[in-house]
This record gives sequence, C-alpha cells and structure tokens, in this order.
Amino acid sequence: MRDTKMADLSTPTSILSPGLPEAVREAQSVFRSLMMALARPGTVRRIAVPVQSPGNLSPAATAIALALCDFETPIWLDEDLSSDEAILRYLRFHTGAPVTPDRGKAHFAFVSSGTQMIDFDAFSPGTLEYPDRSATLVVPVDELEEGRGWRLTGPGIASESRLLAGPLHPGFVTALAENRLLFPRGIDVVFVSGDRIAALPRTTAVEV
Amino acid sequence: MNAPAASGYNFAYLDEQTKRMIRRAILKAIAIPGYQVPFASREMPMPYGWGTGGVQVTASIIGEDDVLKVIDQGSDDTTNAVSIRKFFEKTTGVATTTATGEATIIQTRHRIPEAPLTEGQVLVYQVPIPEPLRFLEPRETETRTMHALEEYGLMHVKLYEDIARHGHIATSYDYPVMVAGRYLMDPSPTPKFDNPKMHRSAALQLFGAGREKRIYAIPPYTDVVSLDFEDHPFEVNRFDTPCALCGASGVYLDEVVLDDRGRRMFVCSDTDHCETRRADGHRGADGDATP
Ligand SMILES: [Zn+2]
Repeated sequence: MRDTKMADLSTPTSILSPGLPEAVREAQSVFRSLMMALARPGTVRRIAVPVQSPGNLSPAATAIALALCDFETPIWLDEDLSSDEAILRYLRFHTGAPVTPDRGKAHFAFVSSGTQMIDFDAFSPGTLEYPDRSATLVVPVDELEEGRGWRLTGPGIASESRLLAGPLHPGFVTALAENRLLFPRGIDVVFVSGDRIAALPRTTAVEV
Repeated sequence: MNAPAASGYNFAYLDEQTKRMIRRAILKAIAIPGYQVPFASREMPMPYGWGTGGVQVTASIIGEDDVLKVIDQGSDDTTNAVSIRKFFEKTTGVATTTATGEATIIQTRHRIPEAPLTEGQVLVYQVPIPEPLRFLEPRETETRTMHALEEYGLMHVKLYEDIARHGHIATSYDYPVMVAGRYLMDPSPTPKFDNPKMHRSAALQLFGAGREKRIYAIPPYTDVVSLDFEDHPFEVNRFDTPCALCGASGVYLDEVVLDDRGRRMFVCSDTDHCETRRADGHRGADGDATP
C-alpha cells in the first residue's frame, strides 16, 4: 500500500460536486434504508436521494459516507479510490472524515470492486469487550438481487432469505464465513449497486 | 433547512452530528444483538427518568413520513407519553397515533402492545438500567468482562436463590433474557408477561438508556429466551378474570378504581387494544363502565 496523498487544498471547492441537497431529510432517509437493510439481511433497498458521486464511488456508497461519516470516523479507501483526487476532496469536504491509509483504524472502508481479494483480517473486528469498535465494509457489485442466490440465515431473517451479489472474488464467501466465527467480533458488510444496497451483518450465515 | 417553521430547532431537536453518532451506534447494536453499545448521550429538554435514551433513539431514526405512537404502561394518555408525543409533534411535525397498527415507530416505557407488531415497525424502549448484571456486580469493567466471556453464572445463582426462598422466580419485571443465544439482556422495566412478545417479533426493537449511555437492539425474527431452569420453567403472570371492559383474556391487566366507594375492576393495560376490541363489539362483565 502506498500512502494516501493529501488532496490539493488550493483547488476551489466550487468544482466539487454537491453533497446532499436536503441534508437533514436525506441523511435520515439513507440511514433508515441502511438500518432496515442491516435489520433484514438479504433485503435490497433503494437509497432514494440524489447524489452526484465523485469518480468511481457509487451513488449508494457516496450516500452512506455523507449520511454516516464525520470527523469521528476514519475512512479507508482502496488504492483505486484513494488515488482519485476528486474522491478524496469530495469526502474530506462533505464529511470531514479523515482518510486513513491504515485499514485497522478504519470505521468505514470503501473498495472499488468486490472482484479483488479483500483481506478481512486487516480491518478491526472490535474486541470481545467492545465488539462495536469494528469496521463496516462497503463493497460495490454489478448484480444485487433478492430472492435468489446465496441462502442466508440468522437474526433478522424469518426462516431463510436469498441474496445474489456479484461478481465477487472467489474467496469472499470464505472470508464471510470466517468473519462470522469471530462473533461477537467481526465486520459488517454493505453491498452497493447503483442506488441500491443490501447488508450482511456479522451474524448472517451465508451458504452458496 | 428542514426544521419545522418557527420552532428554532433542528428536525427532531438533535443536531446532525449527534444523530450520526447515535445512528452509527444503532447500526452496531443491530449487528450485535443484545450487546450494549456505548454512546455519548445528550442533554434533552426533559429530565432523565423521562425516557431521554428512548427519545434520542426515536429522534435519530424518525423521518417526515413516520407515524409515531408513544405509550407509558399500556396507555397513550399518561403525562410521560403525552409530553414525549408533544415533543415530537413540535420538533418534527410528524403524524402521531394511538392505534398500534397505524404506527411506524412506537416508543414505550414499559409495555409491548398486545396486537402483534409487523415488519417495518420499530419499537423503541426507554430504559433506566440497561445492565442486567449491575445489581450483582457494580463495577462496569467486571460486567463488561462477564459479557465478553459469556459468564452468566451469577445471574443463574440469583434466580435459583429466588426459587429457594419463594418457591418460584420472584422477578416479575426486568426479567433477564438471552438474545440470539449469546448476550444476557435486560428488557427494561417491561413486565415479564411481555417477554414472549420479544421472541422472534417481526418488528425491530431498539433500546435507549440516556443516563447510562447505552443503546442495544433485537433485530426482527431473533430468538429471545427468558432465563429459567428445567425444574422451574419460565412462566408468565396469569390473570384470573378477563378484562372487565372488553372481555379479553390472555392480556396484561391493570386494577383501576371505579368510584369513591372503592369499587375496582381489572382492565386491559393496553388502552388501544381495549378500545379497538370494544369498537368491534366485544364486551366484558363491566362493559358499560367508564374507566
Ligand atoms: Zn380490555
């Protein structure tokens, strides 16, 4: 990993794409979608706010960052995202969140694609005393559809639910299974696709 | 700005940074069912003990399209419920209701409504003491370690001492539960009668403790098991008579005084449930009395 470059602060902010136009209402709406996605693993929800996402960051990932990140939540970006000055500037300006090159310190981690191998172990799973001190990983996928695909069980799921998310690296499901064994520690995963999201909290068991 | 006109408050009173912090805590609470997430509780324009934890949770999740119901015991009309409902009417302008079925968010101090909750509804509990082990172990570092190691033997000993002394488990409120087979959780001052309603409820249940600065959650369809012993299984309180007004049985009843001659009767604690049943034509033994 190379160090994340500082954004060029001399660039006028007027060229930045805007954040949430109606921040109070829209942040609530984004949070509520994410809350229900996490409470009902495998359900796909729409992020119903207009965002002009910077660079390669998907609209839903951008909306999550705008709604939930601030100076208290270090963000980690993979190499592809962190090498894009427009993304760095946008996140710094609109969220105030520090962008960290240290995955272990990240509260929110954004990757450019799920097809690369993502090293779950590098992110904080929290401690047994404080399992909430853990990272949320936001993964973009092309396909995100409920009702078919993986079989999901666990809290938030009446009997079982089905979720198709992809394409993903072949090691992704194994990483999810290992992550679940850490419970109550672990990271939580949010899939984003365009303006849609689905979530897999650390409690969800995934069968291919 | 989204603040209601002329109120001078941000929508739902809390500033956006505080809401983000509480929202992040709620997400962790849902991901770790039954675990108490610490959060930086804010001063609210009402005293602790008036449900400031629940109010902060509701203020952080509520949106313009929500329909809010607030109950204290089972009633929408007590001082506490009325003042919290007015607080949200003033700071959010959202619609409020007393009908359980119409509400998207229900904030409660004790009871869980009798009518089964549905998917998409959120039940927010106001919690005074979130730590079930606190009265056994006052030190936070110790209780945190007990949760970390899933060392819940002390609680079983306490319940078993109850059985030795009273012949049964005497705890009738705050009756401890295991959530998703992992965390021991305090259901707040909820009567144990309502514990079975928490088990695999279709609704999302969120708990906020303001003074103690804790948020915890039970996702929908999650196992919630009241602690018990093979020879002393968990039992809910039973009432000998049905509701005097609507004739409902199998519901939680309150004793009310009817007149100054001391005449009493037992009626549904859940006033909306009772009124709905009476509107549907159900009558109890004292069906025409005015509670
Ligand atoms: Zn009744």
